[in-house]
Amino acid sequence: METRLSNYYEKGIKYFFGLIAGTSILLLFLIFSLLFREGLGVFSNVGVTNFILGTRWLPVSETPFFGALPMIIGSIIVTLGAGMLAIPAGISIAVYLAEVAPRSVREVAKAVIELLAGIPSVVYGFLGLTVLAPVIKDLLNLPSALTAFTAALVLAIMSLPTVVSISEDALDAVPREYREASLALGATKWETTVKIVLPSARSGLMAASMLGLGRAIGETMAVLMVAGNAMIIPHFIFDPVRTITASIAAEMGETVQGGLHYQALFGLGVVLFTITFVINLITDLIFTRTSSVKRGTSL
Amino acid sequence: MMNKRLKEKAGFGALAVLTFLAVVPVLAIIGYLVWQGWPALTWEFLTQPPRKFLTEGGIYPAIIGTLALTVGTIMVAMPLGIGTAIYLVEYAGENVFTKLIRIAIINLAGVPSVVYGLFGMGMFVLTLGLGRSLAVGALTLGILTLPIIISTAEEALLAVPDSYRYASLALGATKWQTVRRVVLPVALPAILTGTILGIGRAAGETAPIMFTAAVVYTPRLPDSIYDQVMALPYHLYAISTEVPNVSQHMAFGAALVLLAIVGAMNLVAVVIRTRMRLKRLR
Repeated sequence: METRLSNYYEKGIKYFFGLIAGTSILLLFLIFSLLFREGLGVFSNVGVTNFILGTRWLPVSETPFFGALPMIIGSIIVTLGAGMLAIPAGISIAVYLAEVAPRSVREVAKAVIELLAGIPSVVYGFLGLTVLAPVIKDLLNLPSALTAFTAALVLAIMSLPTVVSISEDALDAVPREYREASLALGATKWETTVKIVLPSARSGLMAASMLGLGRAIGETMAVLMVAGNAMIIPHFIFDPVRTITASIAAEMGETVQGGLHYQALFGLGVVLFTITFVINLITDLIFTRTSSVKRGTSL
Repeated sequence: MMNKRLKEKAGFGALAVLTFLAVVPVLAIIGYLVWQGWPALTWEFLTQPPRKFLTEGGIYPAIIGTLALTVGTIMVAMPLGIGTAIYLVEYAGENVFTKLIRIAIINLAGVPSVVYGLFGMGMFVLTLGLGRSLAVGALTLGILTLPIIISTAEEALLAVPDSYRYASLALGATKWQTVRRVVLPVALPAILTGTILGIGRAAGETAPIMFTAAVVYTPRLPDSIYDQVMALPYHLYAISTEVPNVSQHMAFGAALVLLAIVGAMNLVAVVIRTRMRLKRLR
């Protein structure tokens, strides 16, 4: 009798934890459905194509326009720019740390990278605004340094820790035997690194790059502060841009609940959610193809 | 052969230079922040509310607001995060439910912070009618932190050797007794490390609290969880972009205090982890 009671008790505990674990599913579902519920109005009023491909965003004018293309392009340019800087730099640093650097340097570097990853984005934005932008302005002789380029640079610095630490894990996961076999055949360490280690870690490095891009496209405060926020389609890397995230953050405070502008910002949220969802999906496909890296959500 | 060696030297040398070039300017800029912000850190700055449209006085309400939000975030994220990790590691079978949980966690981790802000506003402020408040800010930040805490707690539980579990079960303990008295105590330091790292991330977030909890100015400290609060990250954003005539050294001071709070949390986590690693080596 007593055993049966304690069996029920144990079962109850299992279901209790199952319930707690289920909240993640519920939360994802709630986020998804709330964004769509609040944003649906703009898609039906303005039309999906007009919203995504429209080039004018005049939310508070007499005849408002809700064309999100300048922001979508702004987000893509800034993210790709950041990726072009952070991915090669991040992988090089990871290779240096994993293959060349002495143990002590490696340990210190890892701690520093972790601390850099912990710096709030608003602090990066502030430093970009007050320190980096004036320097870039003088150096390149620009009228204003609050441009796509500066935003990309700040985002690159911010995504560097993600790229470095996941790349390093990927390089670490390459079995020692591969390296030893190559060295034993007379290859130099450099040849081993380039021709054996890097190709073996390829999918992990790709995943690191994708996660870096994912971090960059969702970043809000830093780009809001340094990208210049002009609602135009940029023609040039030194034009000011406005990203999807920056528009949501900058304009949400002025909207009326349920109004078209409010709905349009949730519509932007849907677009952003979809983009990051796709990036995640791709990363996940890369991860499932390889078991060389464990997926970390901590960076 | 000579050529080969030269190539190797050049290659690795280039990597070392690149690493140096990427890391040093970033550290220099942070050093500059400390150097510029340090003079602003007076007793008045840390313990007085702002005056004259934020151009004078201190940042005390913002510090308290951020600490209050942090405590709230812990209360939301820690039970949910650790509970989920316990389920995944100790109880979950290989089934659709488990797979769905994992997919959900991965996707939650990828959701941009500003989208969490939209969700917090739409869900808690407007749909549930809680208003902009400390409680809503803590809920929003708690949900944002959840994936980090789950994944680190999961790793911590997985690191507990199965032999501990078998030994406890063989002595006649039930599953729950084993989890509570054997597994959790062993995993606790690692769980705490992950939790602190996650909470440190949340403490510095701006976008999720902009429309859910934070205000540019209030001289009052929060009386209840339904009050709006000032918060350091939002304060820093406001005084460096929206509020006119704020002297740069006050902005640097606020940035330094924010950095110090977040940095202190990270440091505590790193120290706990290092001590654990050393203990294991011994």
